[in-house]
Amino acid sequence: MTYAIKAENVSIRYMTGDFKDIGLKEYVLRRLTHNYNVHEFWADKGVSFELKPGDMLGIIGANGAGKSTLLKAVSGIMIPTEGWVDVKGRIAALLELASGFDNDLTVRENAYLRGALLGYTREFMNEKYDDIIEFAELQDFQERRFKQLSSGMKSRLAFSIACLVEPDILILDEVLSVGDGAFRKKSEDKMRSILESGVTAILVSHTIGQVRDMSNKVLWLDKGKQICFSDEVELVCDAYEEFLATKKVPHSWEDIESLAEDFTVRQEKKRAEKAKTEQQKLVEKLRKTDTNVAKAAIEAYLKEVEEEAAEEEKTE
Amino acid sequence: MNIKESYVTRVIRTLREHQFMFEELVKRDFKQKYKRTVLGMAWSVLSPLLTLLVMRVVFTRFFGRDTPHYTTYLFAGNLMFSYFRESTNGGMQSLMSNASIFTKINVPKYMFLLSKNVSAVINFGLTLIVFFVFVAIDRVSFKPTMFAIIFPIITMSIFNIGVGMILSALFVFFRDTQYLYDVFLTLLTYLSAIFYTIDRFPAKIQRVFLLNPVFCNIKYIRVIVIDGNLPSPMFHLLLLAYALTALTIGGLIYKKFNTQFLYYV
Repeated sequence: MTYAIKAENVSIRYMTGDFKDIGLKEYVLRRLTHNYNVHEFWADKGVSFELKPGDMLGIIGANGAGKSTLLKAVSGIMIPTEGWVDVKGRIAALLELASGFDNDLTVRENAYLRGALLGYTREFMNEKYDDIIEFAELQDFQERRFKQLSSGMKSRLAFSIACLVEPDILILDEVLSVGDGAFRKKSEDKMRSILESGVTAILVSHTIGQVRDMSNKVLWLDKGKQICFSDEVELVCDAYEEFLATKKVPHSWEDIESLAEDFTVRQEKKRAEKAKTEQQKLVEKLRKTDTNVAKAAIEAYLKEVEEEAAEEEKTE
Repeated sequence: MNIKESYVTRVIRTLREHQFMFEELVKRDFKQKYKRTVLGMAWSVLSPLLTLLVMRVVFTRFFGRDTPHYTTYLFAGNLMFSYFRESTNGGMQSLMSNASIFTKINVPKYMFLLSKNVSAVINFGLTLIVFFVFVAIDRVSFKPTMFAIIFPIITMSIFNIGVGMILSALFVFFRDTQYLYDVFLTLLTYLSAIFYTIDRFPAKIQRVFLLNPVFCNIKYIRVIVIDGNLPSPMFHLLLLAYALTALTIGGLIYKKFNTQFLYYV
């Protein structure tokens, strides 16, 4: 079966040091006095993965792990310093959405400009413009200058424009959390419906639950290095959560497995402790009080236990 | 040559593909520039006229007496030089001011420069109309050679795009490019024989002036409008060579650094 996205040994290097923000005069001077220092910094080092059409990849990793940089390489904004990425199909990349609009243009003008930049045609925009505005709930603001909008409104517009196409490949960088509660719900629903339509997607999220929920493959990066690429999402996510708690970096698949085990143990312990404290609370209440209050407490406890059981069933 | 041609055809193809994007960018630049005011547009014609007026008043005493049609002579210089200044200054900013776009969305970066140039061309066109009004007022008789003005307009525009590309790349790498270029432009104003004639210099020095592409374009217009002659084929080639050299250098820089600009912004 052919792939939708294939990344082979992708490495991306940033240069840091004197080269940025010094002027031409200063540059010449430092070159002459041999005082010009640059350091290299690998945002990603040797990352490889392959997605089949319809796959949903979750990328996890702490801040500065190179997740966003990797997405830029996949979406073609950056070219890897080493290695290559091959993408088959039309990409919609939702990266840091709200920037790149022009403050002096109106909502309508910005919508068209953004659509044009994303490679839509004018006919397509004419056709979809009303839908975009409706989805972003900006009907009353169409002729308003962009600088008069709240930042939530801006993200809503950006999201609506970017999600409108039916892409083959969707790249999401922490965008499921735009707007207020109601809009967030709506945007998540929209995302889900796109995802269920069978696109290939890459999701970067710090909410590990989202990754567990939505992905069938997971890529774990740490300081630019690939810890693992696997389809055992639950196992890797367990290990990752354990890593977040203990900061132990796994070096092999066995490490990951043992981390995941540790995590399960930890969860068990937590649950046991929680149950214990609940029990204690109950016992204390029972000791102190008359029968009516005791009855109410027992009922509350039973209810809680039932709910917990129901939830567990759901996650399984 | 073959490789270069295919590069050119590729650029033209991408331009066609991105026509909608280009139009929207032009619209944006236009609105940014004039802030939707009528006066904004009028001002861009008025300001070269004011420069012209001041120069006319100040310099006529020194240079005006033995230069026929001095007003036209001055205006031709101002016309081309302000086109060059506006176009290259705008071009220089084009990458930096759109950094928030090209670091998020994969777009051909020269689109920003070209769209900035469109508003410079429109401005130039308006001033050009005023120029011919002044030519008539100055009693320069109509000559068929005036139609040749299309040639320096084309070479100047290509040259401006090339220089704009070089400057915009430099500006990404070195933020003081702006100030250095300002100084350079001031010097170039004095070196472009806008308000004086070069006849009084020795022949050797006069040839040195030909090293200045802006001066050459100005000279071309003066020759066809005031003198009514068509410059030599060699002079045509010279203008063309300047334009294509600038464009080639700019194009090569963009090609080489295309994926590296975003590390610097």
